[in-house]
This record gives sequence, C-alpha cells and structure tokens, in this order.
Amino acid sequence: MPKTIMTVDDSASVRQMVAYTLKEAGYGVVEACDGVDALSKIDSESFSLIITDLNMPKMDGITLIKELRVKPKIKFTPILMLTTESQNEKKMEGKTAGATGWIVKPFKPEQLVAVVKKVIG
Amino acid sequence: MIDSLQQAFIEETRELLGELEITLLAVEDAPTDSELIAKLFRALHTIKGSSAMFGFDDIALFTHDIETAYDLIRNGKLGVTKQIIDLTLLARDEISNMLVKTGNHTQINEANTKKIIESFREIVSSFNKTEKKQLHAVVEPQSSSIDKSSDVFHHFHIRFIPGKDLFLTGTNPLMLIEELREMGSLVLSAHLDKTPDFTSLNPEECYCYWNAFLKTTKNLDDLQDVFIFVADNSELTFENISNEIPKDFEIDFAKLQNLVSQNDNDDFRAVLKQYFSVQKQEKQLEINTTQKQTQATNSHSESDSVSSIRVSSEKLDELVNLVGELVTIQATLSQVALSNNNNDMISISEEVERITWSLRDSALNIRMLPIGSTFSKFKRLVRDLSNELGKEVELSTDGAATELDKTVIEKLNDPLIHIIRNSIDHGVESPEERIKAGKPSIGKVHLSASQSGGNVLIKIIDDGAGLNKEAIREKAIKSGIIAENAELSDSELYTLIFAPGFSTAKKVTSVSGRGVGMDVVRRAIEGLRGSVQVSSELGKGTVITLKLPLTLAIIDGLLVKIGSDHYVLPLSSIEECIELTQDDVKKAHGRHVVNVRGGIIPYINLRERFRITENRPKIEQIVIASINNHHVGFVVDQVFGQHQTVLKSLGKYYEKVEGISGATILGDGTVALILDINKLTENEELEETKLASNSFK
Repeated sequence: MPKTIMTVDDSASVRQMVAYTLKEAGYGVVEACDGVDALSKIDSESFSLIITDLNMPKMDGITLIKELRVKPKIKFTPILMLTTESQNEKKMEGKTAGATGWIVKPFKPEQLVAVVKKVIG
Repeated sequence: MIDSLQQAFIEETRELLGELEITLLAVEDAPTDSELIAKLFRALHTIKGSSAMFGFDDIALFTHDIETAYDLIRNGKLGVTKQIIDLTLLARDEISNMLVKTGNHTQINEANTKKIIESFREIVSSFNKTEKKQLHAVVEPQSSSIDKSSDVFHHFHIRFIPGKDLFLTGTNPLMLIEELREMGSLVLSAHLDKTPDFTSLNPEECYCYWNAFLKTTKNLDDLQDVFIFVADNSELTFENISNEIPKDFEIDFAKLQNLVSQNDNDDFRAVLKQYFSVQKQEKQLEINTTQKQTQATNSHSESDSVSSIRVSSEKLDELVNLVGELVTIQATLSQVALSNNNNDMISISEEVERITWSLRDSALNIRMLPIGSTFSKFKRLVRDLSNELGKEVELSTDGAATELDKTVIEKLNDPLIHIIRNSIDHGVESPEERIKAGKPSIGKVHLSASQSGGNVLIKIIDDGAGLNKEAIREKAIKSGIIAENAELSDSELYTLIFAPGFSTAKKVTSVSGRGVGMDVVRRAIEGLRGSVQVSSELGKGTVITLKLPLTLAIIDGLLVKIGSDHYVLPLSSIEECIELTQDDVKKAHGRHVVNVRGGIIPYINLRERFRITENRPKIEQIVIASINNHHVGFVVDQVFGQHQTVLKSLGKYYEKVEGISGATILGDGTVALILDINKLTENEELEETKLASNSFK
C-alpha cells in the first residue's frame, strides 16, 4: 500500500503541483485547501506525512501544526512546512510548534521528492 | 500534465492578481486594516512562491522585493503610503503581462519592471539604512542537481545526539541514518546507555544516540544538510578524520562494524583508533607469519587457532537462566523416577542428570573471564597514586589467568581499588622511612589470584609498615567500636579496619583516611558472597585476602527446614551442625547462647526470627557459621544436607528484603529461600544493642 500524504495549501496550483509530483513518485495524496479543511479530513485516513503551507486564510499553518500535534494519531507523524527564504523565524516557530522540517519555496519537483524521501522514505 | 498544471497556475495567478487589485484599492481607504494587509501579503507570497515552481522565474524575482516591503508593512514596521499602492498596482499590471508573455518568450518591458523594483528597494532600504546587504534576488534556481561531490574521499566521524523531544516533531532518526548510509560506506554505533530504567522511561522521548564513521565523496555541507531539520535541538559534531587514517589503507567496513558493535561505549574514536592500530599490527603479523612459514609451529599460530566469538552478556544470562530451569526440572525427573521405582526411567533420568550437570558447568564456564584485565588496569592506578603521595611503588601480579564470573569481576573493581589505595597510602612507607627501616626504597604491592575449590582467592600483599595493633585498638576504643576491656585475637583486631567509620591515618588525604573505604570494601565483598581476611606483621607488611565464589549463579548451600518451609544457607561459611535440646535452652537462662565444647556461641533462632509458630520439634538443630571470624549459630528444625542450587533473584519488589538473598526451586517444585547470614547477623546485633540500651533506661 502506498504511503499517503496530505498536502495543505490555499493555492490550488501549488497543491496540484505537489500532488502531481508526489503521485508520480508513488505516494497517495489527499489535498486540503486550508487548516480547517485539513483538520476535517485528517481522520479519514492515516497519513504518513503532512505538508502544509504557512500562510493560509482561515487557519494558518503554525496553528494547524499545533492542532495536529495534540491529536494522538498525528502526534508522531512528520509534518513539513512550506516556507520562503525570508521566513527564517517562521521555520523556528514551526519547529517549536512541532514541525519536522521545511521545504523552501520555490522548489522543483525533484527537490520536493528528495525532502519527502528524507522524511518518510 | 505539466502544461495543464502551468495553465492552472496562470489561471490562479490571474485570480490572485484580480484580488490583489481590489484589496489594494480597499487598503487605500483603510491603510491600517491588518486583515487586508495580510491578504495582500498572502497574495504576493503565493504568486512569488508558485511562479518559480512553474518556471516563471522572472515573476518570482520581480515579486520578491515587493513581498519584502509588504512583510515590513504587515509587521507594522512600515506604513502604507499612496506611493506604495501606486507602485504595487503598477507591479500587478507587470506581473499580469509577464504571465502572458513568458509563454511566448517575448521580452517584457524591462525598464519598467526595473524601475518598480528599484523603487521598492528604496522603500525597504530607507526603512533599514544599516542594511548593507543587497536585497537582490534570492530566487535563483536552486542547484541541487549540480553534483558538488568530487572523487576525493573524506572520512568523517559523526556524533548525533538527538534532543529528547525528537519524536514529538515527527522525526524518524533512522531515516537520517539511512540518508547518511546512502552517501558512502558507513559504520554505525547506536548507544542506549542514556535510556533510564523502565519506571522512569518516557516512551515518547528519544534516549538513543549515535556515533558514525562515514567514508564519502561528499563534503561537510552535504552532511550537515542531512541533519538540517534536527540541527537546532540536537547535539551534532562532524569531524573530518581523514588524516588519522593510514595511507593506502583498505578499510574492512564489515570488520569495523563488528568491532564497533562490540563496544557500546561512547568512546567511538578510541574504537576507530584501536581498529586502525590492530589492523596495522595484523598486517605486520601477516608479514611475520609468512616469513616464519618455513619454521615449525610457533606460539603465534597457536594463539591464532583459538578462535572466539563475542556474545552479548544478556544472551549468556538467558542461557544460564534456562540451564537453571533445566536443572530444576531434571531434579524433579530424578525424584519421580526414583519414587516410581521404574528402572528404565531411573537410567534415563541418570543420563539426563549427567548431561544436565555438564551442560550447566559449560554454561557457567562461558561467563568466566580471566581476572588479568582488571589487574592490568591497576598498573596505572598504582603509578598515579605513588606519584601523588611521593612514594615509589612497584606493582606485580600473578595468576592473571584465574577465571571468575564476569559479574564478580566487574563488582570486584571498586573494592580492589580501595584496598590498593589503602595499601599504598597507609601500608607502604615513604622512601626515607623505608631506607631507615633497612628496606629497599621502592615499595612493593603484589596482586595474586588463585583458585581454591569453588572459590577464588585474591591476595593484595604489600611490604609496607604493617598494621599497628595498638593503634587499631586505641582507635577502636575511641570510636566506640569495642569496649575498653575487650579481648580480641589478632585477626579480630585486624578485621576492625573494616568497621564503619574506622581510620587510623594521622591525616586525611585525598587518597584515603576518611574511614569509608574499607567499610565499603567489606560490604561489597560480602555482597558477592565472599569474605575478607587480614594478616599483618608490623614492619614487614600486610596481606589482605579476598575469598570469592567462582560464580554468583550457583550456590553451594545447606538445605534446612523450619516449620513447613525450606531454606538454604550458603555452605561456604558453615562449619558444623549440632543439636539444640530443650535442656540446652533452659541452661542458658533465656539467653540465646549455647556451649560448644567449652566455648560459648551465640545463636539466632530463625523460627522466632521468621515468626513461625507451628510444630516446634523437641530437638532442634544449630547450624554454626563463621562470620567475620565470629561463630554464630542458626537454629532450624531439620538439616537435610548439602544442596547445590541455581540462585534466582526475588525480583524487583522483594530484592530489598533484608536477610534473604534469593530463592531457589527444589526438585519437587517447592521454593526455598536463600538466607543471607551476614545480614541476618547484622540485624540481630542491631536489635540486641537496642534492647540493651532500652534496659539501661
């Protein structure tokens, strides 16, 4: 069974790009358009990894990570955040909230796969 | 597919640009509305981020500076001005143009975009004039595909101690290790020694840490990249140790991994060093043996032929445990065979017994180690101590090949250190004193080990001043250990040096003299079911003899019965068994003493001690044991005789019960408790003193 990854991003194109790349790499993908959507879908499946953007309407990425980390099911699931170079302090904030690592935007498909592989194999 | 994704991006960006325009106009009316500003930033951020991914690098480059300005606005560091809004609107139009034209590779109005970027940069730099760093495009395509590696091999020692909260960030450290493994040839050592015991273990925390040796063509940056997500809350060291590896050296990674796996201590570098030096030696040896091939068998090839394998001590414990179970079952089998009077079965059970005992002996033998390794450690100790104390001392040893149970050897280390320290500090005199006394100026400390029956004798012999009986006596009276009129034999006097709080040293040195050492020594040795003896001659030297059992797993015991329960007393300290009649008890007038061939021996009535009330026999038995050169009797109902048993611990909950050192299962399946007679005697003494002091009041 392929590992399933949830990608959370308010930008449909980024989301689709992530989803497409990961599917090509052999992963299953579930998409969510913001933190609230992600939380509503999180119980539907068991995810090997969650990739979330940080700047999102309704619920931002940091809040989402904090919300996820209190769920026993997600407590030890890797969470990657999508950040930009200018957001170094965000990286630290995200790590404190419980993120496993980050992917710096912009990224190329092979870079995304490399980071995902690094985290969940 | 990529094309359709790109189309989706263009459509989405158009939407965003539309949104951006509306929001910009709204912000013009309400310049402090943080909600709107956040929305602006988000739109720009998304445009920048996704455009680079879909190949619109120019948009990303262009939007970067605008985003930087809006980041400042969002954080309240910069106010929204009409100029900014005008510029952003212009920029929005340019982005919209870029979306169309990039597809056709047509040049856009570069002058225009340049002007807009310059303006935004000015705004940003006017905010932070000290910012000398040029905020030019960061959005250069990342060059992960460029292979930075070269053909040169680097050798790294990597130490990775993850933060305890590692798992709580969803990190799997093994993935990181795997990533390292993919970079070259890896030798890994995982350390679990920081893992607390079960009661204080938090399964959500990471206690494991790693040492690794990596041969790779990658450089330090690549290694650090592996740990980038965990670098901030882990302890990480990377050390290029290429120059420590001998030139033209072929590393056998399987062999090195083996070596490393056997040493689970953190001193990874030492293991590496050892490997390299051993390899060098082996190479040398190889050369030597080829040279000597024409010669007849030599000692080298003999020692080579004794091959050995390393097994973890847990596995051995498990084996010994199982053999113990087998011994118990075998005893049951013999009993059943005998009681059924079935000759066939008896002969089988005898055969099983024979094999079981030899299996037991070999299993226990595996745990045996020569004591030599412990001895050699003391060479350094003696050297350091004699320097510190300004004495000249030479250490010699014999019987290094004497084998002892691994646990015994380990637990023997500290007591031996104490004794040697004492010998050098109190025993061996200063060179001047020695010359005055007509001795050679260099003092001698000799360690010897030998086997005697089921015991091992370890002697620590020094040729120092010897023990001063009078000084010991005075000191013991002073510290209230003995009464002023007490009559003690020499050996009893010497034994006093092991009493708690005893020290005759004139001054307290850092080495010894606080009177804690020797007390601890006796306890440790008794904990190993051993005993300590001292003999000394004033002016000539002191001999301290430690008598230790060969193994802790098996105990030679005397099986006795009190009431309906069985007990085992350790045979090594038992001297004889005599009867105790009601008459004897009456003659003693309520005191727990018995007359044995004219001598008075105190006894402990185990029946009373264990509060067993049922069926007290008319004639009881006293088992007389020698404890610290004193005779003490233990009153039991019945003595069955010698019984060799496999010692089982009582488990965590009962291990602290005083006076009981363990349990064993008898042939018929009943449990017999093994008595710790040293502890029983100690406790009895304590109670007696308490009683005595109470009666004085």
